[in-house]
Amino acid sequence: MQKTLKNLSSAPLSAKFGMVIIFIYLVIAIFAPLIAPYGEREILGKAYQLMSSEHLLGTDNLGRDMLSRLIYGARNTIGIALITTALAFLIGSLIGMIAAALGGWIDQLLSRIVDIFMSIPALIFALLILSILGTAMPYLIGTIVIIDSTRVFRVARATAMNVAVMDYVEVARLRGEKLAWILRKEILPNITAPLLAEFGLRFCFVFLFISALSFLGLGIQPPTADWGSMVRDNATLISYNDITPLIPAAAIALLTVAVNFVVDWMLHKSSGLKDVD
Amino acid sequence: MLIDDINNSNSDPSPLLQMKGLRIEGLSDKGWQEIVCGIDLQLNRGEILGLIGESGAGKSTIGLAAMGFAKDGCRIIDGEIDFDGIELRKAPEWQKRKLRGTRISYVAQSAAAAFNPAHRLINQFTEGPIEHDLLSEAKAKEKGRTLYRTLDLPDPDYIGERWPHQVSGGQLQRMMVAMSMSCEPDLIIFDEPTTALDVTTQIEVLKTIKEIVIDRNVAAIYITHDLAVVAQLADHLMVLRYGNLIEVNSTGQILKSPKQEYTQNLLDARIRNEKITAQIPNPKTLLNVESITAGYGKGPDILQDVSILVEKGRTVAVVGESGSGKSTLARVITGLLPARFGDIHFQGEPLPDKLNHREKQQLQKVQMISQLPDTALNPRHRVRDIIGRPLSFYLGLKGKEKEQRINELLQQIELSQDYIDRLPSELSGGEKQRICIARALAAEPELIICDEVTSALDSIVAKAILNLLQRLQNELGVTYLFISHDIDTVANIADQVVVLYAGRVAEQGSKSAVFQPPFHPYTRLLLSSVPEMRQGWLEETLSTREAKAGIAREVKITEQGCPFAERCPISIEDVCVGSRPPLQTMTSGHIYACQHSKEVLLRESQH
Repeated sequence: MQKTLKNLSSAPLSAKFGMVIIFIYLVIAIFAPLIAPYGEREILGKAYQLMSSEHLLGTDNLGRDMLSRLIYGARNTIGIALITTALAFLIGSLIGMIAAALGGWIDQLLSRIVDIFMSIPALIFALLILSILGTAMPYLIGTIVIIDSTRVFRVARATAMNVAVMDYVEVARLRGEKLAWILRKEILPNITAPLLAEFGLRFCFVFLFISALSFLGLGIQPPTADWGSMVRDNATLISYNDITPLIPAAAIALLTVAVNFVVDWMLHKSSGLKDVD
Repeated sequence: MLIDDINNSNSDPSPLLQMKGLRIEGLSDKGWQEIVCGIDLQLNRGEILGLIGESGAGKSTIGLAAMGFAKDGCRIIDGEIDFDGIELRKAPEWQKRKLRGTRISYVAQSAAAAFNPAHRLINQFTEGPIEHDLLSEAKAKEKGRTLYRTLDLPDPDYIGERWPHQVSGGQLQRMMVAMSMSCEPDLIIFDEPTTALDVTTQIEVLKTIKEIVIDRNVAAIYITHDLAVVAQLADHLMVLRYGNLIEVNSTGQILKSPKQEYTQNLLDARIRNEKITAQIPNPKTLLNVESITAGYGKGPDILQDVSILVEKGRTVAVVGESGSGKSTLARVITGLLPARFGDIHFQGEPLPDKLNHREKQQLQKVQMISQLPDTALNPRHRVRDIIGRPLSFYLGLKGKEKEQRINELLQQIELSQDYIDRLPSELSGGEKQRICIARALAAEPELIICDEVTSALDSIVAKAILNLLQRLQNELGVTYLFISHDIDTVANIADQVVVLYAGRVAEQGSKSAVFQPPFHPYTRLLLSSVPEMRQGWLEETLSTREAKAGIAREVKITEQGCPFAERCPISIEDVCVGSRPPLQTMTSGHIYACQHSKEVLLRESQH
């Protein structure tokens, strides 16, 4: 614990900034009902009201409070992105490590399957699947998990490859250890740092991807608040010189930048660790 | 001969390189710490200065400082570095840049890592002279070819057109020496240029270095941890430890009468204290490897018809140059590489050739210690986990019992109990190797395969590890299969010796029989290539016909005939190349593969 604190305090300014921003976002997401002045789906009056003391950011195209929706949006967008990324990591890194540890035809097979998935542009693939299966939440999450786990697979396989050829893995094999033990105890601890860094990046991509899908109407469905669809719903305001639609966009951008700052720092730290090894 | 650049060295009394009170700090976890503590150094033209010490002595740091350079995480904090009247600490970066490569050059330890694999060798040679506007490209290439010829590189006119991976390790290291000469420097820094090489290859590189320095009247700093090697080259020696000067004197004086105890230790590390094989009344066969033939993928047979018998409680050493198939043999025995033909019997029972067909108990009885302790320990596991895992895995020990056993093992490998919670990064090279030994011992094995366990270590540390292994054998009766390219190491620890060449057994028998005349020609070459701790050894060895025929050649695997034929000083024309050498018996239990009868070999051995 003390070591973690010491680590945190030694982080560069950009990383600290990123961590503070992420913390604020998390607080907002978790305590959304307490913070938001109105309900997520409450229609409060006329559409497109300007900013006022009653509605700090005005109202949207259906007359719902923008600020409240922005706050609830944090919860939905971040929550779904987090679940999706976590699942993608679980699947991708597990299969990636198995491919690296076993090698041979299993590795070939898994890698080629992943290649096939990766050869289809992600957005088109998602649009295709979602328009066939519908846009219910499990399908949305499932589709993005499949797309992203292929990317995670590649990172996990590449880093695990470097570890799998180490003598200590050979020693474990010679000892007669089972695959699960080799993956969990010998390989995983040595690729955690790059995987964590990748997690941060991947989270941003997933987050942006969900927003993009929502913007296209295939993501999170109304009336659930979501930053991507909020941009789309209020897009017409841009023609009237109103910056309101840019606020959810800015919320997306700020979180992305913050996560990237932290990831940069973690990557730096993990590469520094390699020097010591 | 190229243009001589002898700059009236006799009339020039001031030394070429002079350091005064050099102090360098390095950045560690604990902040800046002094790693070179006030070193004075003087070097004249035509002289070689040997810097010697264990790792962490600051040798390389001083070597780099001679170029006015400090690595990342190091800084020169005090002292003077005067190179031919130029104060390098004060000189601006552009001036130092001009000096480096042209007047001071550097030969790194690993030529394989120092050459850019994406450029042809000759283009890397010419880069210096062209970059510094000394020669045109055509002239520089011409110079490269001339130098390659002077250095006796094979095919000197065209070897430069090859890529770095297309020449052998020894040749690459000599290319590197040639490259360091491309701008005719006044000072060359050699940083452990032969440490990674076989003894036979080492000789050719040493010869090259000595020729260069004498012919061109340059000054050189030679950095190494091996006193016997540097004794062949250096006029003066500086013994360093933890950044402090221990002793400086002429090479002859240091070898004859070292003043400091530490220097004496360095000298002793090379002295053989040969193991005397104790008689075991009823020797039991532990491992029987019968006619193994093995290779990788669809490639050629790396091992051809290799048979080895290992008796319980003994140490059998497998010795040979790189490429002779030693490590492949270890992989076959451990089951990592299933053999193409042949059987392995362990304690009288056949051992399945594939690792995952072997039973847990069979795995437990054969343990392995590998060459590089750095990669053999998981950097994320603590000593407790590393040694504890075999205990719980094979023996089912838990909790207190396990803890107690770990402490016992730590005691056996002469480490204190404080080590139990350390990570590998908090251990020195020797300590890591000790942990590897403890991990092997924890399984309570019958046989431990030691694959080059000392080659990555400094001589003093290596000696300590050998002593430890020997002590453990005496106490626990464990059997070793000891793989090494270093005959000296083998002489220290082996009972039986198997000499492997190009995947075939050249000779095997008891150590005393193998290392005494009559010699197999290959064994003789290996024995004569081990540097001796005296000056003049290099010249003597080079004049022997073994060296003339045998060094500067690669190990080549042949399908027919004797693979050693082209390096053998006494090969019989037509016969040796054409037909396989028969296995003959020297004395009981001592066999060799050669066309010559033992009488002929005895006669030849007296040359």
